[in-house]
Amino acid sequence: MSLLELLGVTKSFRGIHAVRDVSFEVEEGSIHGVIGPNGAGKTTLFNVMAGALRPDTGRILLGGHDITGRAPHHVARAGMSRTFQLMLPFGSMSVHENVCVAAMAAGARRKEADVRASDVVERVGLAQWRNAQSKSLPTAGLKRLELARALATRPRVLLLDEVMAGLVPTERVPVMELLESLRAEEGTTLVFVEHIMAAVMRLSDTVLVIDQGTVVTSGPPQVVTRDSRVIEAYLGEGSSDAAS
Amino acid sequence: MAVGTETPVTAPTTSGRTGDRGIWPHLVALAGVAVILVAVGQLVPAGEQPLLVRTLVLALMAIGWNVMSGFGGMFSFGHAAYYGIGAYTSVWLLTTHGVSPWIGMIAGAVVAALVAVAIGFLSLRYRLKGAYFALATFAFAEMLRLFVTNSDTFNRASGYTVPLRSQSWWNLQFRPNSPNYYYVVLGLVILALLITMLYLRSRSGRFLVAVRDNEAAAGALGIPVMRTKLTAIALSAAITSVAGTFFVQYYFFIDPTGAFGSQVSIQAILPAVIGGVGTIWGPAVGAIVLGPLSEWTASVLREPPGWLDLLAGRAGLDVILYAVLLIVIILVLPKGVYGEIRDRLARR
Repeated sequence: MSLLELLGVTKSFRGIHAVRDVSFEVEEGSIHGVIGPNGAGKTTLFNVMAGALRPDTGRILLGGHDITGRAPHHVARAGMSRTFQLMLPFGSMSVHENVCVAAMAAGARRKEADVRASDVVERVGLAQWRNAQSKSLPTAGLKRLELARALATRPRVLLLDEVMAGLVPTERVPVMELLESLRAEEGTTLVFVEHIMAAVMRLSDTVLVIDQGTVVTSGPPQVVTRDSRVIEAYLGEGSSDAAS
Repeated sequence: MAVGTETPVTAPTTSGRTGDRGIWPHLVALAGVAVILVAVGQLVPAGEQPLLVRTLVLALMAIGWNVMSGFGGMFSFGHAAYYGIGAYTSVWLLTTHGVSPWIGMIAGAVVAALVAVAIGFLSLRYRLKGAYFALATFAFAEMLRLFVTNSDTFNRASGYTVPLRSQSWWNLQFRPNSPNYYYVVLGLVILALLITMLYLRSRSGRFLVAVRDNEAAAGALGIPVMRTKLTAIALSAAITSVAGTFFVQYYFFIDPTGAFGSQVSIQAILPAVIGGVGTIWGPAVGAIVLGPLSEWTASVLREPPGWLDLLAGRAGLDVILYAVLLIVIILVLPKGVYGEIRDRLARR
């Protein structure tokens, strides 16, 4: 049985389908890349999966349990955490406090949360920013903080919304290594939206291509990127995303 | 893998910004303040006691308001509702059933917390935010005022006079000008500050600051947003209700306007704003500034010094002067007296 399953999920805003009849399965311990041109519905799909939006139709199963339309904190407690594309730090808190409160949100006691936060902060490379006020961080730091908070909840499934956007290539490599080590060491299942094709090619077991709210195709990255429909989806938009 | 770990990990700083860190300095300061204020009670002449008591009541109201509106970011313009419930619950229990004000205080706090949760749930359920949320809280306080004004059970507009009983701690009645009133309200303020500190250190308190900073992120990490907010609202209302209970016992009289009027809500807000919203010490510091300030403006204009003779006997001038001074304080110290001092020290 798949760890995460979407069955015919549809979400529309004022009659416009942002996500239309999307179905896919994610095996435990696998890494799924989600790609598609701007406005394809990737972030909406994440919002629906994480409980921030209720789908019009369709079902979402996590570990066999129906989590469709559950509030975000229920989804998080059920083991699925997400990061935000536009970073949302707890601005009045330090980096360490941000991560600590995330660990507590997942049920850790104060001391345990403190230890876990120190580990995670170091792991994502924010140790030197540990006591900095989070809103003073540069973009790359905030991206890492998003990742750190989600990791501190020890998720079974991690939904990553463009964690590498805004990072220079030398900053991307350690993040990719971190994500690989997560799967290798903790068996975390990853679903990530990304425009950086190098990252998608390197990390993904399966790539899901979305355009205009529907799944164009899915499969291993080498196969998918040669698919004519995928090339058309990108070139048809006149977008240079695929090249970046 | 770790990047940039060459910098040694430093000890957590104790800025106390969110109350998450370093509770010990706050506890030590609290003990120090308690000792000083007990000594003040011994030294100050009996004639000045009412000013001290009023100042501490203001502090108590604002400490309550600050939990919900400062740390929780939900601006209440209706804390008169909870002050009034504290006042009316205890005085009703006392006059109709002879119940001790101490029991009435607990009952008032429970009722205030329950009503606050109901009001909060309705306002948050329909996603009221900012000014709309504040207006909703104001409307609920007005509803309570009108309800009590038109209710025979609560003596309508005439309110209650507290009956004289034997003077004792249990009855919370002492001889006139007894310093005991001061010590009681001082104890309540210290207790409220202690509860605030412990709450902010607790799981629920930390969640509250996270929810205030970013609700979507807090929810996505597994923080139950609604429950966290309602807990803060309940605690906030309970603390402010205690101020209401105490003041009735001290003043021996309460009516609907004195309990639920909008000026009561303002009294709960002002000390926190002047002292520093969302800081542990702000409301108390603000009350210490505001209490004597209104007294001083009134006395200065009642008996102006020689060169200001022309101002003598002009009614309302003291209020204008008071308002101008408040505006000046807010302009000069936008983060509040305590907030500004703390930030300047932290920048050193």
